[in-house]
Amino acid sequence: MSTIQTVKVGIAEMEVVAAPAVIRTCGLGSCVGVVIYDSGKAVAGMAHVMLPHSSMARGGVVNAAKYADTAVEALCKLVIAAGGRKGMLKAKLAGGAQMFSFSSAGGDMMHIGARNVEEVKRQLERLHVPVVAEDVGGHSGRTIEFNPQTGVLSIRKASQEIKEI
Amino acid sequence: MGDIFHLTGAHIDILREIGNIGAGNAATALSTLLNKKIEMAVPRVQIATFAEMMELIGGPEQVVACVYLRIEGEAPGNMFFVLPPEQAERFVRQMTGDDSFSFQGEAHELGCSALQELGNILAGSYLSALADFTQLALQPSVPALALDMIGAVLSFGLLELSRAGDYAILIDTAIYDGRRPNESIDGHFFLLPDPESFSTIFRALGVDSG
Repeated sequence: MSTIQTVKVGIAEMEVVAAPAVIRTCGLGSCVGVVIYDSGKAVAGMAHVMLPHSSMARGGVVNAAKYADTAVEALCKLVIAAGGRKGMLKAKLAGGAQMFSFSSAGGDMMHIGARNVEEVKRQLERLHVPVVAEDVGGHSGRTIEFNPQTGVLSIRKASQEIKEI
Repeated sequence: MGDIFHLTGAHIDILREIGNIGAGNAATALSTLLNKKIEMAVPRVQIATFAEMMELIGGPEQVVACVYLRIEGEAPGNMFFVLPPEQAERFVRQMTGDDSFSFQGEAHELGCSALQELGNILAGSYLSALADFTQLALQPSVPALALDMIGAVLSFGLLELSRAGDYAILIDTAIYDGRRPNESIDGHFFLLPDPESFSTIFRALGVDSG
C-alpha cells in the first residue's frame, strides 16, 4: 500500500492538491484556513490566511496568500488551473478564533479572527463560491486536513476529538 | 522605516544581548520564586518566514502553556513565555502548594491565575531589564494565558509584523533547571518586536539601523 501524500500549507501560504493527496494546515488561531474544491474533479486548494485585507500591508510586495481579500481569488485561480471547474467550486472554512480574551492589549488585532472570517466569506460570495461547511470562532486553535476525494474537512483542537465537516 | 531585515552582525549581536539581559533577569526572578537554580541558554535570534519560524519552535501543533503580553511604550512588541503544559502544572503546584492541581481539573482558575501571575513577574523583570539597558520607556499589558497549539498562540504575535513583510525576527531564550538540564524545566521567552521598534532599539543603543 502506498502512503498517501500530505501537502502542508504553512502560515500565510497556499497550495493545491489532487486526490489521492490530502492537504493540511496546523495551528490556526485567529488565522482562517479556507478550502476551495471541486469534488467532481477531486482537486482542492487551501490557504492559511492571517489578515483580512491587503490594505493593511505597509508597502512592498503583497503576499496574496496572507490576506483574505487577495487569497480567496488567487486560490480560486489555482484550483481552476489544477482542473477545477468554475461554477462547480465549493468552500469550507475553519479558524478565526480569539486566542486571548483580554481587552487592554492587542488593540484592533484582538478581533482579527472574526474579521478574517467575515472577509473570506465576503470574497467567496463575490466569486459565487458557496460555503458548504464551517467551524469558526471560539477560543481554540485548530489543525485542519482536507481530503479532495471525499470532500471531508477534519478539524482537530488541542483537547478535543476530531470533528468532520 | 528602512528595511529592518537587512541586519548586520552587529545588529544581531544587539538583539541577542537584549535576549540575554531580559531573560537573564527573568531567570533570576524565577530562581528566587522557586528557590532553585535556573539557567538559560544563549539567546537565538531567528530571522525566518512565518512558516519556517513555526517549524523552528517545534512545529505549530505542539500544545503549550503560554503567557502572552503586549509591550507598550517606545518600542512596542509582543512577548510570550511558553512552557510544556506538564511543567506549567508543576510550577503551579510549587507556587500554590496544591499538589493535585491539573489543567484538566474542575477548579483550575486559581492555578491559571497563579501561572498568569508568574508570567507577569517574569515578563516584568524581562522588560525592566530591557528598559534599563535601552533607556526606553516600556510597559507590559495585563498578561493573558492560553493552553493551546503554539502556532495558534504565537501567530497572534506575528500579526503586526506580517503587515510589514513575510519575515519575522524572533529573540528566543530558553531556560532550564541548572541541575538537570535535560528535564524539569524547558521554558522559552519569545520576544517579537514590532517592525518599527527595531530602529528605535538600535538608535537607543547607538547603532545605526542601516
